[in-house]
Amino acid sequence: MAITFTLNGKSQTVDVSPDMPLLWVLRDTLNMTGTKFGCGIMQCGACTVHIDGQASRSCMLPIANVSGKKVTTIEGLSEDGSHPVQRAWIEEDVPQCGYCQSGQIMSAVALLEKKPHPTDADIDDAMSGNICRCGTYQRIRKAIHRAAGSAAQKA
Amino acid sequence: MATHLSAEPQILNRRAFLKTSAAGGAALLIGFHLPAHASSDPAQAQEKPPINPLNAWVRITPDNRVTLILAKSEMGQGIMTALPMILAEELYLDWNKVHIEQAPTDPRIYDLGTGGSGSVAGSWLPLRQAGAAAREMLIAAAAKKWEVGTDTCTAKNGYVVHGHPERSYTYGELAADAALLPIPNFNTVPLKNSRDFSIVGHDTHRVDTAAKSTGKATFGIDARPAGLLYAVIARCPVFYGKVASFDATKAKAVPGVRDVFQIETSGRGASTNGGVAVLAENSWAAIQGRKALDVKWDEGPAANESTEELHHQFVTNAAKPGGVVRNDGDADSALASASNKVEAVYELPFAAHACMEPMNCTVHIQSDRAEAWVPTQAPQWAQAVIAEAAKLPPEKVTVHTLLMGGGFGRRYQADFVMEAAQVAKTAGKPVMVLWTREDDMHHDFYRPASYHKFQGALDGSGKLAAWKHFQTSTSIASKWSAEGEKDSGKGEFGTGATIPYATPNIRIEYTLAHSSAPRAWWRSVEHSSSGFVVETFVDELAAAAGQDPYEFRLKLIGDPRKLPQFTGGPDDPPLNTARLKGVLQLAAEKAGWGKPLPDDEGRGIAAFFSFDTYTAAVAEVSLQPPDFKIKRLVCTVDCGRVVNPNGVRAQVESAAIYALTATLKDAITVERGRVVQSNFNDYHMLRMNEAPPIEVHLVDSDEKPTGIGEPTVPVIAPALCNAIFNATRTWKRDVRIRRLPIRAEDLA
Repeated sequence: MAITFTLNGKSQTVDVSPDMPLLWVLRDTLNMTGTKFGCGIMQCGACTVHIDGQASRSCMLPIANVSGKKVTTIEGLSEDGSHPVQRAWIEEDVPQCGYCQSGQIMSAVALLEKKPHPTDADIDDAMSGNICRCGTYQRIRKAIHRAAGSAAQKA
Repeated sequence: MATHLSAEPQILNRRAFLKTSAAGGAALLIGFHLPAHASSDPAQAQEKPPINPLNAWVRITPDNRVTLILAKSEMGQGIMTALPMILAEELYLDWNKVHIEQAPTDPRIYDLGTGGSGSVAGSWLPLRQAGAAAREMLIAAAAKKWEVGTDTCTAKNGYVVHGHPERSYTYGELAADAALLPIPNFNTVPLKNSRDFSIVGHDTHRVDTAAKSTGKATFGIDARPAGLLYAVIARCPVFYGKVASFDATKAKAVPGVRDVFQIETSGRGASTNGGVAVLAENSWAAIQGRKALDVKWDEGPAANESTEELHHQFVTNAAKPGGVVRNDGDADSALASASNKVEAVYELPFAAHACMEPMNCTVHIQSDRAEAWVPTQAPQWAQAVIAEAAKLPPEKVTVHTLLMGGGFGRRYQADFVMEAAQVAKTAGKPVMVLWTREDDMHHDFYRPASYHKFQGALDGSGKLAAWKHFQTSTSIASKWSAEGEKDSGKGEFGTGATIPYATPNIRIEYTLAHSSAPRAWWRSVEHSSSGFVVETFVDELAAAAGQDPYEFRLKLIGDPRKLPQFTGGPDDPPLNTARLKGVLQLAAEKAGWGKPLPDDEGRGIAAFFSFDTYTAAVAEVSLQPPDFKIKRLVCTVDCGRVVNPNGVRAQVESAAIYALTATLKDAITVERGRVVQSNFNDYHMLRMNEAPPIEVHLVDSDEKPTGIGEPTVPVIAPALCNAIFNATRTWKRDVRIRRLPIRAEDLA
């Protein structure tokens, strides 16, 4: 079944089973591997993307439900890693193995779009759906605060 | 910065390289050897090719490119940053000008794998020697060109320079000439004075953060060779059960499913006896196909095993004396006559690695060659396994070592490679075998479950009169060694058998417990259990002696001593009690040990020696029974000279969170021969809202670098549980956590 949606600003049509989750359409049909598979049951956040600006888990989201929507993945955040959140991630040396970080960054970007100056409690709320087995939480927290600072300077 | 995170290997040996190097002239190429750290790995024991003395290489090409080609895998520990720093220091070069190229897995180059917290420790001297040798050759080549003495030329920031006004050559301009000179003797080549270090010891950003912050980094699971098919495997949920029969009709009817067939895996490296593979056009179709598959299992003899039954084995074993692992003096007599005795029993469960990237392996087997894309800590084992399955000589198997989404010891295994090789052989096309999270949880190689009985005696002055430690566990060695059932258990204690606390009477006993659950190395291996039990029991002794647990430790450690590692090899450095005392004192100082706390708050301390590194931690908790909050975690480390302090701090933070998950979250339990937990909904991970602030303090040291990825793990659980004990000091009963993970009822 042909399904059309907007992927990182461009129209995208795929012909796949309508119940195939967005995660696998991205990774296996479109070979966009920046979005990761971690648990398949919306528990770890590795597959986080934005659907119409909302941070969403893509691992259980049937592609049929994405029809007509705007999807942003880690690849669509910036051309060159220059998004303030990505810059903050690099400055704070957040990633270790790095596998969960696409999802972490997508959750953090969605948080900052809603709350440009999040408190620690806001960060706990927004980021607790994303597991990092390397335990980079402290650096993620610092990086979000750093990005909030740089966003504030830009504004 | 031009680090290649999944670069294609190009180099085989010096001669081959010199022949094929670019038209611009020959390159300077220096090979050297990075030794193994963990010699007991079965992966190494399994295949013993002739050891090539050169398994890592520095290449300097006429285009002024310096490349470090090495056989170490990146799993998050920062090896792609730390190793170029060491090389660049001796080469007088900006460290980020050093390119990294992942070494090919070539049986002619003995490729040792990555584990045992050994990459920096093992690479430190050889990399410095190689860098210094290259530098001396470049200087000699420049001196020859200028017809001046080598002592008038110096290396500086990527150039060899001479005279006033200064003239210079880039390293690239000298590479071809330098390549014709003899390579200096590594043992006598002058190394840089550590006082002049400008890279080593300085906070350095990781090289791979940009790729890992943009989705561009290529992990194993991201391998996409042309024509790739995807497979998942239905495995018997019971340990080492077998396929009795299967009906693939419904599975084959799932759109996208291409084929369904049985595979068998066997040998010591297999986590299962194989299963039924569902091959499909994409991962989703393969997963759906497996759901539709009808398999009847022959569950086999393990189907009666359970956590309850294992606990019963533990208790039964502990009622009798174990085999003697160590016996100094006469602990039993000292215990019999002591007035102040302490006894305690501890129990730790199986633990899963739970790497964020589920296991996966991509293999393409053709008639005359094979190619594989593997996120692995042991590429040489992957190669051997694929070669065996494909019936090809190992040199016909190219293994691309890709980034790992976590390793923690799990990816030292080759079980997932074995499966992919079997599936690829039947499929005849490139296939990724993908594990789901449930597969990963059910078929891990778990940290052994263990049970410990301690008896200690204090004399009238509060000194340790006797120390007796009985352990029974499902050992790692019994899973791997041919003499497994005769396992003495020595390896199950690690440095827990080399206690730093002075006593004339020490007795250590072991009894093997039986389980079919696969066991292997889990971050910090046996030290994760030993650190908990030794450092909790010392705390119990301090309480029995009526002494402050920190002061008590210092007193028992006493004057500086160097204790041979009881369970180690002849090359293992001794436990230097002065250095252990150093990390304890630093932790106490930084944590404000002794400062008064409110009644419902407490502090706990622990110190341990593992992977030749000294670690300590102080935890501060606030209690709201049955809950508690970790307010602060202070970690100290003496890992010798620190190459990248930023990277070391990251590893300590990481090890602390890893240990906290095992301390606070779930056990892996077994019912009817199968693992009960299946995903992050029932095997929980510590999350952002639960992560305490972690402070890391490093001891300034000139000693040689030692391990860092693992050694903080052993001190976290005891520091935390000792803090809980301290926080309940006003309670009517003692709250001593003797069983992990901590349960709500422990604090009720």
